[in-house]
Amino acid sequence: MKPPVFDYQDPASVEEALELLARHGAAAKVLAGGQSLMPLLNLRLARPEVVVDINRIDALDYLTEESGWLRVGARVRQRRLEREAEVRRMVPLLTEAVRFVGHPQIRNRGTVCGSLAHADPAAELPAVAVAVGARLVARSRSGVREIPAEEFFTGPLTTALRPDELLAEARFPCTGPDWGWAFLEVSNRHGDYALCAVAAGVRAGDGRIQDARLAYAGAGPVPVRLREAEAALVEHSDLEEGIRAASAEARRVLQPDGDLHASSEFRRHLAAVLTARTVRLAWTRARTRSGGAHA
Amino acid sequence: MREPLRTVQLEVNGAAYTVTVPVRKTLADVLREDLQLTGTHVGCEQGVCGACTVWLDGEPVRSCLLLAIQAAGHRVTTVEALGTVDRLHPVQEAFWENHGLQCGFCTPGILMTVVAFLREHPAPSRQQIREALAGHLCRCTGYQNIVRAVEDAARRLQARRT
Repeated sequence: MKPPVFDYQDPASVEEALELLARHGAAAKVLAGGQSLMPLLNLRLARPEVVVDINRIDALDYLTEESGWLRVGARVRQRRLEREAEVRRMVPLLTEAVRFVGHPQIRNRGTVCGSLAHADPAAELPAVAVAVGARLVARSRSGVREIPAEEFFTGPLTTALRPDELLAEARFPCTGPDWGWAFLEVSNRHGDYALCAVAAGVRAGDGRIQDARLAYAGAGPVPVRLREAEAALVEHSDLEEGIRAASAEARRVLQPDGDLHASSEFRRHLAAVLTARTVRLAWTRARTRSGGAHA
Repeated sequence: MREPLRTVQLEVNGAAYTVTVPVRKTLADVLREDLQLTGTHVGCEQGVCGACTVWLDGEPVRSCLLLAIQAAGHRVTTVEALGTVDRLHPVQEAFWENHGLQCGFCTPGILMTVVAFLREHPAPSRQQIREALAGHLCRCTGYQNIVRAVEDAARRLQARRT
């Protein structure tokens, strides 16, 4: 058998799960979709004493809108984001980005919160969370706290979650009416990890960009939001000048590691090119939306 | 640490099985070793190669990334349920006739993905087929005949429906 020996618990309630995490702390790992944890177990890179399987907790299987936020419970599979038209309306960036996550076979099982908690710096959903300003709801026996996405990711495969905390929910703000979003990625094959991916959002008004969001995956130890590049898009009244400045900023600031798939320089090049492509696409969509039609 | 075991009832291809297995044993291994359903193949055991793909409640998943005990309460379907040697599934026929396999190691997983894919995309484009196959590695064929087989399978299934 590939995985190391572990004790297995499958609580039926969040309270029981939190009790187990409080008792076992860092010796426990939460198992949701298993698309990240199971490979680590099979490779024996992870050797938890206790696996806390949350798949029996029906209370974590919800996808709802509340006060302008899309709330995604910890058991929601990635595939559901693709299939529910409401998600596209509320957070179109999620619908677009999730298709780049692994393959359908992976997304049928993998969860949204699981991908966020795993915090692979090349993964798509963490970059989306940072781009849109998601808030991550961590629950423990001692209470609930909401962590802004930008503070949640602290390093490769490392988050602000404490060992006794469960990432119970991710909250994504619903997009504003004049915003357009776009997500593009370059990988060796469709479904592979991103060599570089960019999530972009722009708010159109008076024929120019009024506000912008840019986040990058595969470009550093955590998903990176580039405020300097966002500012460049807003400062220039000419779209293409703004895009040139933002792309140059991405190339200058980002410090991706090189590996055998792509050198650091090539990843920086991709970041610059994808910045331009995503911003143009987001801009077109923002103008279509603010003009009344929905792309 | 002693080996924790659990007894669960699994529903595989419509039949009920009661098994007592180590909690850490993957569904792929239990299918093969405990239920003798060796059609499901085990390749990379990290979710990349796709050889172990089965259906969980009708949707393709990697059986190497599921613990067998997690499948309790769900319907598991393996390649053995698609067809028999005497009566192949139309997708199996299409793979046979288009030479969509050589060594056959990757084939069971591909079949499970393709049958589910054609359910949702009865008349797919070549590009859609290639994307659908992206989660499967084949080291023999170079994929050309697999793509052809899927195109042919779509036609066969269409013809059956009309």
